[in-house]
Amino acid sequence: MRDKPPAEPPSSEVTPEKTYLRRRELLKNAGLFAGTAVAVAGGLHLLGRKQTRPMDRFVPDAGLVEQPVAQAMGPFDTDEPRTPYEDVTTYNNFYEFGFDKNDPARFAHTLKPKPWSVVIDGEVRKPRTVDVEQLTYWFSLEERVYRMRCVEAWSMVIPWLGFPLAALLQRVEPTSHAKYVAFTTLLDPEQMPGQRRALLDWPYTEGLRLDEAMNPLTLMATGLYGRELPNQNGAPLRLVVPWKYGFKGIKSIVRISLTREEPMTTWRLSAPREYGFYANVNPSVPHPRWSQASERRIGDFDRRPTLPFNGYAEQVAHLYTGMDLRRFY
Amino acid sequence: MASSPYPWLNPALVVGGLSPLLMLAIQGPRGELGPNAIEAALHQTGLLALVLLVASLACTPLRLVAGWTWPARVRRTLGLLAFTYAVAHFLVYAVLDQGLAWGALWADVTERPFITVGFAALVLLVPLAVTSTNRWVRRLGFPCWQRLHRLAYVAAALGVVHFVWRVKKDVTEPLIYGAVLALLMAIRVGEAMRQRRARAAAAARNPA
Repeated sequence: MRDKPPAEPPSSEVTPEKTYLRRRELLKNAGLFAGTAVAVAGGLHLLGRKQTRPMDRFVPDAGLVEQPVAQAMGPFDTDEPRTPYEDVTTYNNFYEFGFDKNDPARFAHTLKPKPWSVVIDGEVRKPRTVDVEQLTYWFSLEERVYRMRCVEAWSMVIPWLGFPLAALLQRVEPTSHAKYVAFTTLLDPEQMPGQRRALLDWPYTEGLRLDEAMNPLTLMATGLYGRELPNQNGAPLRLVVPWKYGFKGIKSIVRISLTREEPMTTWRLSAPREYGFYANVNPSVPHPRWSQASERRIGDFDRRPTLPFNGYAEQVAHLYTGMDLRRFY
Repeated sequence: MASSPYPWLNPALVVGGLSPLLMLAIQGPRGELGPNAIEAALHQTGLLALVLLVASLACTPLRLVAGWTWPARVRRTLGLLAFTYAVAHFLVYAVLDQGLAWGALWADVTERPFITVGFAALVLLVPLAVTSTNRWVRRLGFPCWQRLHRLAYVAAALGVVHFVWRVKKDVTEPLIYGAVLALLMAIRVGEAMRQRRARAAAAARNPA
């Protein structure tokens, strides 16, 4: 018996050629549409990706500080809500590790903060080179909860660990010629890759007038949130001057010199119209590119008014009586 | 309207082009834009406005240099996307960042060149967006419309200046956009000069 040929579908069920071609074109166009849309979206995401990088895995796991720390609220502490540790350690300006706010958290692991020695010299009777470890034994660490106001009009509340700079200076005995304190950051492009590009005049330098340096608010920080200072926050030793803009708080300090003359500072050298030696937080002196009248506290939606001397006027305004703070910004 | 050979092109561009804006709108309220979400949204919308504006200005030079015709079909879409991002950038700044504090906004626009140039770029884009339809091309007449839309180059240049003044130190990225813009402009100027010479030569051959 011969097999019957397979039954053909009735001609009414055959797709007309025109429809068949149209469907094929439709599918092709749908594919091209999807491909192009994804490519365009991907390209744009790539160009703007820096701001939205997930940062969770870059939150540092810094060691706990061993020394006992007095936890009672001190006279200078603010009771405002503290900025979360995650934000304090992933939103930083530390150009030695890159220019984006999250670069320091990603790249500061190349810094080796142990061992670390600091040279203290200049107009002092007892110049010396001392290891940071030693400093934390000389001085008992205190927790200080300070507001930190960046010149870029954002702010944080940070529980620092450290000791007053005054205690360190008293120990090395400034001479009667000492009028200023100059600070220098480490210069080592191996540890600080950002220094390979001469965008700032490395190493970073900062300075204070001696009376500012001796003010009890001025802190040498070695930790935050009860932990050792993460690299991106300026390990192992940084300056905290809460009534001045954040860039005064020089990080990873290797040298502290007492001087007769006002020291040149990095940002002033770079843009003298925008950044002065004093850099006191002052809502009535705008930055040339933005107002300083208000700020956004990290984590807040609304801006808040900026306070003169960042709210520390009671402690420090007397340092500047008779000075024109518009001129000495 | 005659059917286009690439019917998928412009819809794909709109969907792909708006997706970063949609992502910002989703991620922002969920706290996925980092510690300073408003700043992140501000930077990204501003950057993408410039990227898309430069891309729209690349269409004609691409046609001239590579001989492709498809860029001309996406020019308007790219321009309108750039305008969308520029408006979003301004709204993030005025509403979210400054909380519509009119005094502060006025002081920024009038006293700070950095903001003034950015605002000027946005203002220049408004008439271009309004006259982007075929109807407006007919109403103005093509030569007049073309002259008006050369303002897009001015807006992009102002955008680059705004970007350069925003970064504190590392101006590499804004200068890359500046260089691309300069290259595109050079191609257009070169083409205009070539055409003028050709016209002059033709006129010399056929004295009226």
